[in-house]
Amino acid sequence: MTEPVTMMAATTRLDYVFTAGVAQSKNLHGLEEGKFIGQRCPKCKKVYTLSRGSCPVDGLPTDEIVELPNTGTVTTYCVVNVPFAGQSIEIPYICAQILLDGANLSFMGLIQEIPIDQIRMGLRVEAVWVEPDELGPTMASVKYFRPSGEPDAEFDSYKEYL
Amino acid sequence: MSERCAVIGIGQTVAKSKREDVSIAGLVREAAVMALEDAGLSFADIDAVVVGKAPDMFEGVMMPELYLAAALGAVGKPMFRVHTAGSVGGSTAIVAAHLVASGIHQRVLTVAFEKQSDSDAMWALSVPQPFSSPLLAGAGGYFAPIIRAYMHRSGAPRDTGMKVAVKDRLHALKNPYAHLHLPDISLKMVEDSIMLWDPLHYLEACPSSDGAAAMIIGSEKAAAQATSDTGRPPAWIHGMAMRSEPTMFAGRDQVNPQAGRDCAADLYRQAGISDPRADFDMAEVYVPFSWYEPMWLENLGFCAEGDGWKLTEAGATSMIEGGDIPWNCSGGVLSSNPIGASGMLRFLETALQVRGMAGEHQVADARRALGQAYGGGSQFFAMWVVAADKP
Ligand SMILES: [Zn+2]
Repeated sequence: MTEPVTMMAATTRLDYVFTAGVAQSKNLHGLEEGKFIGQRCPKCKKVYTLSRGSCPVDGLPTDEIVELPNTGTVTTYCVVNVPFAGQSIEIPYICAQILLDGANLSFMGLIQEIPIDQIRMGLRVEAVWVEPDELGPTMASVKYFRPSGEPDAEFDSYKEYL
Repeated sequence: MSERCAVIGIGQTVAKSKREDVSIAGLVREAAVMALEDAGLSFADIDAVVVGKAPDMFEGVMMPELYLAAALGAVGKPMFRVHTAGSVGGSTAIVAAHLVASGIHQRVLTVAFEKQSDSDAMWALSVPQPFSSPLLAGAGGYFAPIIRAYMHRSGAPRDTGMKVAVKDRLHALKNPYAHLHLPDISLKMVEDSIMLWDPLHYLEACPSSDGAAAMIIGSEKAAAQATSDTGRPPAWIHGMAMRSEPTMFAGRDQVNPQAGRDCAADLYRQAGISDPRADFDMAEVYVPFSWYEPMWLENLGFCAEGDGWKLTEAGATSMIEGGDIPWNCSGGVLSSNPIGASGMLRFLETALQVRGMAGEHQVADARRALGQAYGGGSQFFAMWVVAADKP
């Protein structure tokens, strides 16, 4: 007697087309040119990075385009030491929330060129872009962030953006 | 609330890493049948069914409630599906209770589940998208930086999280339905486990479980009938609240989210709670990563902001240490995490406690309890208060 089959694993795949929409297209085209694009809310004046085109607080379109610099501050971070399917970065690596100068929303970015035990909140960083011919409409255009060499930012300057 | 309503039946599967003997349909039916038996009912007595689970992408079964209708006795009856990420089990119970509180139905079956062995949640939470970097590494990678921000703001010592990890696993040893039973658990064992998402050790994170939870919510009349049929008391619902907030906005406080504070304020107003630490006999709160205990102690108003870790350190939340406000006596999400069911398990455990049916992890004379679930990037909150006495 052989054991009855009670379960089988079948792997599947799914390809999809991603439609970015008006606001995200502006951000993605910025990345294609090696630039961070922000969008300012007409009411609260907050600048959203990687904006979806509206201010979530005021519900208004963020039509004003703001070009943001290459530099920012690590507001908080973790060190990832867990392998998972589809992972493209060698572990352990530093995953940080980065607040670009002049922006009011942080986003997640990879930090390199610093020993893992030296990463800290308030560290000043700058973006390292891929070679010009490799730039594309994706966050993959940013290779990583690295220490800029400036003194650390004061906690009060970024405490609202953890 | 208009009509009084109560939990009159409870069912849950033993949480495990792999239930290879059942499909999703078999899993949910097991919990549903248990709940019906507890209430002295059969599927024919049920007026409507409300189903919840975490994102469909986890198992890759889209709109599974449709396929589950037959297994849950819902053919020809109203069926609802609720979606609020990890908090969904709580929100699902609330939607079911609203259908009774509104006077529409007498008896509603509510079920929540996750079959993580059929899925890859880590992958589903880390799908590459053009507008973000592929760094997330699952929920731990999302929450660890927020935990670091909490540690920085509150000045908590580094071992508070490890203490929660031990406490909830010690509680789980008293719960036969819990997934993790680690009799040798100790601070050293947690500290020696691999640092997955610094500052979170492996043993400070929830497991990946298969499991389902079910409850029957009944009207006052249905509750009286169930008690006379079975001799078991109901758990009366004294308040229910849900709140959400956008995942991203300038100045958002993810450590102590406004949606959670607003949700608790609404709930406490409904249930007449003025001092949660004194007014509740116990609480079941969604703590998937150890540090969320002190964070939610503050968010739920059990202490002042910045003081949550002091309650944990003092043993206030520990059954074992005789704390005055035991949290997660079932072992909590840290001991069992069938994601979609995890929120409902919190709600269900509060009902078990006030009915006096929690077995070895029963809090002596528990009369009033708080259930809380949160989900997504801390943007969904669901809470309820149940009590032994009628509202
Ligand atoms: Zn605005």
